[in-house]
Amino acid sequence: MHHDWLAVAWFVGIALFWTGYFFLEGFDFGVGILLPVVGRDEAGRRVVVNTIGPFWDANEVWLIVAGGATFAAFPEWYATMFSGFYLPLFLILGALIMRGVAFEFRGKGADAGWRRLWDRSIFFGSLVPAVLWGVAWGNILRGVPIDAHHDFTGSLLDLLNPYALWAGLTTGLLFTLHGAVFLTLRTDGDVLQRARAVARRLAWPAALAVIGFLVWTYVNAERAAYLGLVPPLVPVAAMGAAIAVTWLVHERLEGWAFVGTALAIVLLIATIFLNLYPRVMVSSLGAANSLTIDNAASGHYTLRLMAIVAAIFTPLVLAYQGWTYWVFRTRVTSGRLAAQPPAPPPAPPPAPASHPAAQPSAPPAAQPSAPPAAQPASRPSAAGPATPGQ
Amino acid sequence: MTRLELARWQFGITTVYHFLFVPLTIGLGFLLAIFQTAAHRTGNDVYRRMTSFFGKLFLINFGLGVVTGIVQEFQFGMNWSQYSRYVGDVFGPPLAMEGLMAFFLESTFLGLWIFGRERLSPRLHLATIWIVSIGSILSALMILAANSWMQHPVGFRINPATGRATLTNFWAVLTNQILIVTFWHTILAAIATGAFFVIGISAFHLLRHNEVELFRKAAGIAMVVAFVASLGVAFVGHMQAQVMTKIQPMKMAAAEALYDTETGASFSLLTIGNLSGQPIFQIRLPHLLSVLATNSWNGKVEGINDIQAQERAQFGPGSYTPVIWVTYWGFRTMVGAGFAMIGLSSLGLYLMRRRRLERSRRFLWVLVPALALPYIANSAGWIFTEMGRQPWVIYGLMKTTTAVSPTVGTADVTATLLGFTLLYGVLAAIDFWLMARIGRAGPSAQDDEHEAGQAEPALVY
Repeated sequence: MHHDWLAVAWFVGIALFWTGYFFLEGFDFGVGILLPVVGRDEAGRRVVVNTIGPFWDANEVWLIVAGGATFAAFPEWYATMFSGFYLPLFLILGALIMRGVAFEFRGKGADAGWRRLWDRSIFFGSLVPAVLWGVAWGNILRGVPIDAHHDFTGSLLDLLNPYALWAGLTTGLLFTLHGAVFLTLRTDGDVLQRARAVARRLAWPAALAVIGFLVWTYVNAERAAYLGLVPPLVPVAAMGAAIAVTWLVHERLEGWAFVGTALAIVLLIATIFLNLYPRVMVSSLGAANSLTIDNAASGHYTLRLMAIVAAIFTPLVLAYQGWTYWVFRTRVTSGRLAAQPPAPPPAPPPAPASHPAAQPSAPPAAQPSAPPAAQPASRPSAAGPATPGQ
Repeated sequence: MTRLELARWQFGITTVYHFLFVPLTIGLGFLLAIFQTAAHRTGNDVYRRMTSFFGKLFLINFGLGVVTGIVQEFQFGMNWSQYSRYVGDVFGPPLAMEGLMAFFLESTFLGLWIFGRERLSPRLHLATIWIVSIGSILSALMILAANSWMQHPVGFRINPATGRATLTNFWAVLTNQILIVTFWHTILAAIATGAFFVIGISAFHLLRHNEVELFRKAAGIAMVVAFVASLGVAFVGHMQAQVMTKIQPMKMAAAEALYDTETGASFSLLTIGNLSGQPIFQIRLPHLLSVLATNSWNGKVEGINDIQAQERAQFGPGSYTPVIWVTYWGFRTMVGAGFAMIGLSSLGLYLMRRRRLERSRRFLWVLVPALALPYIANSAGWIFTEMGRQPWVIYGLMKTTTAVSPTVGTADVTATLLGFTLLYGVLAAIDFWLMARIGRAGPSAQDDEHEAGQAEPALVY
């Protein structure tokens, strides 16, 4: 079979959709995980939930699009991955269900027990996918038992290997840190202080997890004598970004820290895809069984059709999603809206100094959408706490 | 149960469950857009309060629709990997487009609508709810394009090298004659669902003389919408039956439990006893089936036995007959509920014209439980059309038995079936309870809060 350049373009496209998903939903997973830590009281928890209120649902659509695009462009990949990662996906779906309804339900009940229930489901509903997506991608790259018919023949235990679990730890920590930094940009007062403290405490563990994962990935690839397309620049830049964040959160350069965690996520995903290329899912039963861009892709007609649709609609989506972040750029406070000072003119974070060439495009919506960059000092919390509940 | 049966139950439960929420999202979203437009045009505060009250109910429903939709998309790969491999090339694009073109629009602008009331100009805020409504309708178009292809595959060829379907003409997929009728049938049914929802809740409050002006106006708008939509559903349904007779004759015959080919076939209204041809008691309307299916008094409608013989000759040995009692009663339940909706909305319109709606207490009492009618019709309709396609997953192309994931264990499918069903059940109960509580409380509670300035508009959750 000849190498269809459109299939390669779609490999990049799928990478971008997953990148968009992890960059965006990454912080709202993090916010969900930090809900019990950062939101100490009901007013605080309400602020925390509302920082992602207008965004989480649209962020989750990136997953639906990543899944749908994989189905359309690489049916074999979609079929093998989704039937192979059966139980983890079930847990992820269950978690996403609990989390999604919790956002809608939590404010609609009167008593504290009701809220506690939904706060818990936001916490677990965020933690479980944040970790399991890492486990899943670790396994895609490491290789799982796939037979000659492209069917997954392993069991759940095959998926729980140390490398994949480390990948899960990495995404769990990195998304939590990403969420903490997001909170420092979107909140005020006590919640802001606690988010800062968490970000400072998490920065090093997250950086070490990222470094460990990337080194391990390199060692695995070396051992398999398969380095893919992985040029050292990308993983090294990912490590650099993760380390830079540890310093940035200390200096309270939170706009930059957000750029840092975003870059770390983007470059981490880029490393995985560059290392995969030209495979899309590695078989541990021999290279011949691996799914590749060639043997998993759809026909040329479908790829071209989808390329046209994606080329028209993705920029449009980025534009209106970016605009949403602009509309809701002011910090969420627990005081009344009237008590809030007018929104400061937001300074979008300057473009990152070095833009690695291997990175196919800017992180989706990063530039237009990032909340106002590090505001000089922490404003004291606006007056009284909100009356919780409706 | 076998893995296949478990997977089918899971698909059926997830789909029917998902489709409890989707029609209300589409239908109520459309009505909210109308309410808010009325508020914008007239400046009458009652429309604003109407929008915000029904908007709250809309949001409770929306969340469950979204999250079950993810399961809906993922389960093709999880339980039906052979199907996904075989059709991904054709079936994947509408799904991907649904996300890219519709879900992004819907979710992003819904976020703007919920949280943006104080941050957007009134006109822009009004535009957001219309965009949400358009997004939801667009998503229906895409997913129905995928489903219609399963009913009547077009615009593809089988790749000789892989033995799998390859898309050759997407325009043919979008102009599939099944899609054209199914789309309108589904959208109108969804709009009728939203309308009966508003009518039911309004009737409840009118009975209690609560917020009479608001609910009289809401019921008025919804009644017109309900009448037009349910009449439209029936009209399109008739066209759909004709397309079905041509393309899926077996489904039409199974809907009627018609075993032998007949000319001038009568329509069976009701059967007591078995459906295998020797009923104990039946009510039949002469010639009606022929008219419905072919638009002619003495049109020929093929029976199950003949079609079975033809399909056996064409596709090889095996049964090509769906489960007759499911299709027969599914069809009757759908049509029956649909006609009840037409009847109620016409009577409602008549009473409104006579300005007697609020005083017709007995009728209002009927309208409250009538809220369930569209749900019954929607579920029965999907069960009928999907079960009526069996044993095919793609009509004439792939059988359901060969579509299932080959290496997913029975224990795994059992575990997820139990898990999802339990989760769905609990959440449905909570959802219903919340809807009932908020629906019953009425608009005044939240309004007072808002006016006292206590509820921070930016803190919606």
